[in-house]
Amino acid sequence: MSGVVGARRADARGWGPLLRGLLLRLAGAVFVLWAAATLTFFGLRLIPGDPAQALLGGPGSQASAEALAQVRAENGLDQPLILQYLAQLGRLATGDLGTSYAQKNSVLSIIGSQIGGTLLLAVLALAVAWLIALGLALWATRGGRIAAAVGSGLEIVAAAVPHFWLALVLVLIFSTTLRWLPAVSTSGPAGLVLPVLTLAIPLAGFLGQVIRESVLDALAAPFTLSARARGETENGIRWRHVLRHGALPGIALSGWAFGWLISGAVVVETVFARPGLGRTLLNAVQLRDVPLVVGVVLVVALGYVLVTVLTDGASRLADPRERAA
Amino acid sequence: MSVLPEGSVAAGWSGAAGSAGSSGPVGSAGSVAGRGSRRGRRLGLGVGQWVSLGFLLSLVLAAVWPGLLAPGDPLAIDPRAAFVPPGWGHPFGTDESGRDIYTRVVHGAAPSLVIGVAATAIGVGLALVLGMLAALAGRIVDFAVSRLLEVLFAFPGLLLALLVITVYGPGVVTSTVAVGLATAPGYARIIRSQTLSVAASPYIEAAVVLGKSRGRILARHILPNALVPVFVLVTLGVGQAIVWAAALSYLGLGAEPPAPEWGAMLFAGKNYVTSAWWMTFFPGLVIVLAAAATTVLGRALQKRGVR
Repeated sequence: MSGVVGARRADARGWGPLLRGLLLRLAGAVFVLWAAATLTFFGLRLIPGDPAQALLGGPGSQASAEALAQVRAENGLDQPLILQYLAQLGRLATGDLGTSYAQKNSVLSIIGSQIGGTLLLAVLALAVAWLIALGLALWATRGGRIAAAVGSGLEIVAAAVPHFWLALVLVLIFSTTLRWLPAVSTSGPAGLVLPVLTLAIPLAGFLGQVIRESVLDALAAPFTLSARARGETENGIRWRHVLRHGALPGIALSGWAFGWLISGAVVVETVFARPGLGRTLLNAVQLRDVPLVVGVVLVVALGYVLVTVLTDGASRLADPRERAA
Repeated sequence: MSVLPEGSVAAGWSGAAGSAGSSGPVGSAGSVAGRGSRRGRRLGLGVGQWVSLGFLLSLVLAAVWPGLLAPGDPLAIDPRAAFVPPGWGHPFGTDESGRDIYTRVVHGAAPSLVIGVAATAIGVGLALVLGMLAALAGRIVDFAVSRLLEVLFAFPGLLLALLVITVYGPGVVTSTVAVGLATAPGYARIIRSQTLSVAASPYIEAAVVLGKSRGRILARHILPNALVPVFVLVTLGVGQAIVWAAALSYLGLGAEPPAPEWGAMLFAGKNYVTSAWWMTFFPGLVIVLAAAATTVLGRALQKRGVR
């Protein structure tokens, strides 16, 4: 996305450049999506094997030549590649993601039925990660050297722990030993706790590192000195000035975090046997269900690009300097 | 699941986060420190860095000469000793066929490290070509490569790797290549900006004025200087690649049991998490420690580079 950033330089202040910047970002987002669809379309033509055969159940199905020819004609696979590509783009533009090989169902409806659980997981994890990270950052920058060392150590460990192992340790502690929470994610809120924590803790490690650094910067900045000179209380300074400054890189990182959470959901939903987009994607990869994999990946890319545009807008709202910059 | 966020974010943020790392005198509230650790010019390594180095060296030893640390056979089956919890005979316990987990973890160092190093080499190698091309081959190439990287960034985390595996089918080789490809955009972005800043520096100008040939300037001046931060990235990246490859194996898309690869061991123990936790706990612990150790060492290198 950085390439688009250069285009939003404007001298005027106020809302005009803000809107113009967002529009430019949106145009960039549309380009990225088009290119992503194009890359996947031509990339998938590298697959060894015949798409018509895959539609009929793979090489093991021993489909007859007539059946193959019929499937080819039905799906336009006998057309020149460029026409197939244009037809594919047309379908994508109208939201048609094709039909799953394995589930014989529209990819869009499969995604629609699975995306809710994953979004809930991701949003909750992001919120919990922000809480942990902000708390840790504020505590670690206030308590002197030992707190700083402990805070930074915790952040490194949290950020280094892979989901699959963290999930295992949490299950061992809270399900096997303490028997407080289920090891398999049921539909109730209790089943959400461990998956959310598994996703949130490593993310809190990343967010915490970034937020703590910028909180330290803010504490050393002239605006903090002047606030102190005006006689504001230490808490007032922290909540009104430092936190706002400290949250900025965290907001920028949240766009990236969205993609990272969806990717993490593949593992977490598998570990906790929780239905969702991540597990659907993994099943599709295992079955080499190309339309479903591509559909999920494109939808995630769409979401990722939109969230990036939104976080960009959010950080401009939080930081007046960005609006003019 | 990864040590670092996606490559680019990785180095960008860990650079920022690293400067207030644990080893330096981190400023208390109000002081102008926080950057103080960069000025803390300690020549020796801190305790954490020594421990990390020692752990990584023992992993390398395990990879090169596994028999020295674990004389047993990682594939030897002993049905009478199935599911033995950790204890004197079997420090990490045994699996469903009575294979000793400790022996398997030690023998798993070689495949796991090779996968991590190979994936990083693929990612960094591809990124070197892309990043250098973008930085040095003119504006049109730069525009094209930068847009390509933007598009690849739209497939976050494991998604790009999953896409590659869908096309070429699961397996060790595919998952290694997939992890390499998935990490390449992040590296490429960093190498591009590093090469740009090196190419604009006065000593390159001086070399041009001295009439050195382009190829010579590229090979003798730009390449070595642009590669310095790559060295740090590789240190940080190997740990990340090990974790990603293990995650893919854990999902059943990479190395397959009974191979003593750490991720495959996790996959094999997945169904016994509640009854035989040691089957997944210890291989996972080694992965976490390897990842943390490379992070700590990578950051130490990074700070020295900055100084």
